[in-house]
Amino acid sequence: MGKILKRPKGFFETFDRKPGTDQRVTHYCPGCGHGRVHKLLAEAMEELEVIDRSIFISPVGCSVFGFYYFNCGNIQAAHGRAPAVATAASRSNPDSIVICYQGDGDLAAIGTAEILHAANRGENMTVIFVNNAIYGMTGGQMAPTTLEGQITATTPLGRDLANEGYPMRMAEIISQLHAPVYVAREAVSDVKSVMKAKRSIRKAMQSQKDHKGFSFVEILATCPTGWKLDPIESIQYIEKEMKEQFPIKVFKDVISEREPKAKHYPSTKKEDIFAAVNLVENVDLFPRDQEFIDNFSEQRFRIAGFGGQGVLMAGTTLAYLAMEHGLETTWLPSYGPEMRGGTANCHVILSNKKIGAPMVETPNVLIALNLPSYDQFEPLLESGGLILVNSSIIERENKRDDVTTLRIPMNEIAESCGVRAAANMAALSAYLTYSKLMKIDRLVTLIKHNFKKRDLIDKNIAVIEKASEYVTKHYL
Amino acid sequence: MFKEFIKGNEAIAKAAALAGCTQYYGYPITPSSEIIHAVADYFPKFGGTFVQAESEVAAINMAFGAAACGKRVMTASSSPGISLKQEGVSYLAGAELPCVIIDIMRAGPGLGNIWPEQGDYHQIVKGGGHGNYKTIVLAPNSPQEMCDFTILAFELAEKYRGPVYVLSDAYTGQVMEPVIFPDEVKKEKRQDWAIYGDKESSGNVVYSIQMNTVEQEKVNLRLDKKYREIEKCEARYEEYLVDDAEMIVVSYGISSRIAHSAVDSLREEGFKVGMFTPKTLWPYPVNRLKQLSEKCRSFAVLELSNGQMVEDVRLTVEGKRPVDFYGRMGGAIPSQEEVIGVFKDFYNKY
Ligand SMILES: Cc1ncc(C[n+]2csc(CCOP(=O)(O)OP(=O)(O)O)c2C)c(N)n1
Ligand code: SF4
Repeated sequence: MGKILKRPKGFFETFDRKPGTDQRVTHYCPGCGHGRVHKLLAEAMEELEVIDRSIFISPVGCSVFGFYYFNCGNIQAAHGRAPAVATAASRSNPDSIVICYQGDGDLAAIGTAEILHAANRGENMTVIFVNNAIYGMTGGQMAPTTLEGQITATTPLGRDLANEGYPMRMAEIISQLHAPVYVAREAVSDVKSVMKAKRSIRKAMQSQKDHKGFSFVEILATCPTGWKLDPIESIQYIEKEMKEQFPIKVFKDVISEREPKAKHYPSTKKEDIFAAVNLVENVDLFPRDQEFIDNFSEQRFRIAGFGGQGVLMAGTTLAYLAMEHGLETTWLPSYGPEMRGGTANCHVILSNKKIGAPMVETPNVLIALNLPSYDQFEPLLESGGLILVNSSIIERENKRDDVTTLRIPMNEIAESCGVRAAANMAALSAYLTYSKLMKIDRLVTLIKHNFKKRDLIDKNIAVIEKASEYVTKHYL
Repeated sequence: MFKEFIKGNEAIAKAAALAGCTQYYGYPITPSSEIIHAVADYFPKFGGTFVQAESEVAAINMAFGAAACGKRVMTASSSPGISLKQEGVSYLAGAELPCVIIDIMRAGPGLGNIWPEQGDYHQIVKGGGHGNYKTIVLAPNSPQEMCDFTILAFELAEKYRGPVYVLSDAYTGQVMEPVIFPDEVKKEKRQDWAIYGDKESSGNVVYSIQMNTVEQEKVNLRLDKKYREIEKCEARYEEYLVDDAEMIVVSYGISSRIAHSAVDSLREEGFKVGMFTPKTLWPYPVNRLKQLSEKCRSFAVLELSNGQMVEDVRLTVEGKRPVDFYGRMGGAIPSQEEVIGVFKDFYNKY
């Protein structure tokens, strides 16, 4: 049986990759079903004229050496992962015919997740599932498809359904999913079933050629060595025992109903990729002022409040402004579970030197948009620092008198301009005005540059101006 | 100029596209998920491939398939997900396939938490998967380096045909800083070993199985030769104030940012301390570190771990200089006061 008589062109002339002396025969045991299935595949490749376009994925199992035989591109995958490898092979080469060849341990045990999800995505591939009800390669252990009572190396008393569960009917399972277009179970026992199996394989591959998506052909195959039967008895075992558990049937055929799947080819044009990743050429918003940079003394912020108050954005805006002025800057957000319970805070550093740790342990500026943040961060402030408190919702007095505390009705200012969400802009404007770090028109320029909606820009500018006036009137 | 104020994780996604990466397979996990979010947004827009895989195991094996087909491919995850990927990494190394893998480290073991840690050093730098292999490991400490090292990772992966890691952490992934992106897109080249599903490539085969000990050892020796070459050519590091340093602080990634602040403060107080920051963790920059050990009195290693990289420092200086270690775990970040105090103690010991 190891000998292949009329060699289809899907096979190499001689199996030069196979070590040893006789490179005309396969490595399979006499009477092994793999050899028969291989032959059907090689014939189908030839008949459909897809040999050069084919990519054969070998699994881990007795067919791990599939690449000795098939005269096409070959990839050998990790145990059970062939459908994942095939997924990428198919997407990488949309015009190829990807044959994902797997045994029952590979597909129905270790690779259950990979096969189900490749099927569910409807990957354009043909899966050939060789069900021999045993682990051939590793010495005849139980497979998920092993029959009730079947003796294997790991079920010495026969498969006990109570302990080992039931033979898994993979074709039935796969056929329940929407995406697959063709799901069938065949056998390679007698001549008639072999012919039928071949028609199924061809149908699956033709459908893939037409880019219809995922096909699955399960094939009941012999493993005389694992079953400890001779080749003739093995064929009878399929006929009498296996077919009872695993009915030969086309479970699903919706090939003609489905439209071909789209093929995707990536662009290599620079402008397409820059557009896709939103990279746009910088415009210098402000002229570089070296004196400003040289005289800048490091500012370390914590900005905190409720989620939705624009806390994180206040931080990024400040940092962006600094970046546009040629300063070094970093912004680090609170994230994950920290964000639950509706609070948010960020660390921002502006400096004229390379910044080390991005964490701000002792801020010299705190912007507290709500009471919990005020309570949490007021004690951390560096002596002589500055706190901007959102007095619209924070009533308590300051506990620290070694820092400057400005009370700004940020919510009121924002609401009076028609944008409740702009309390953060009121805070930034107040900070810039009081610290005299830079004129507020710099912030206005940035808002005009970064914001998309005209109406929002105007309202935010109104907030910025109003907050600045408030600070000038009450604190300067 | 293409300058952006951007998160480290997002910089990775953009850089990958500029490096000519057209395929990404991944599974979400905090604190790496900004990468998968960004890729899901960007890649389909230029016809690239993005698949949210069913697991990290599937994702790395999809990456294996894409790499076998000559595609520039990337996958990203964080510590628990990287543990799952190790099978695939070993296969990539065995089959000599280029692939870029990002690890945004979080705290462990087990599910741990999502705060920054550097506890994956052993898993990433010393192997992780089975068998005799090495992976180049790049260690960025800023969003700019997230960008630059991602691009470099694709170059090195292709040059040496193997998986390359970018090993970073939760904070370097989350932090936003200005990043200057290159003004070009690298082009994928046709590889003479890859599978393209056409006549020209139909004679190619990608596998890692070897029939016998002789063949397997030949492969091992060939790989080893390649690894020696990488050790010779690709070690990268940065140093700061080492010339007159009595004590040199060795740290990487986010720890090196913490150490940098501490070193600046200590210098202001007159302590002669400097910094050595490996940018490749394998190959470890042993030659330069050895030279430095001739000059300084001692080394201090800072990591967010139980002491993993410190082993490489000790191996390198071969007991000629004392090497002290300080680490925090669980996602805890040492305060400046704490680090400065520890460094002073280390300094004053000798
Ligand atoms: C991760 C992993 N686990 C286990 C193995 C060992 N192993 C190799 S093949 C195999 C089972 C093969 O059985 P099957 O898929 O039914 O293929 P067959 O040999 O019967 O064709 C096992 C368990 C492996 N190679 N890798
Ligand atoms: S052990 Fe079974 S499956 Fe494997 S080659 Fe022999 S007969 Fe075929």
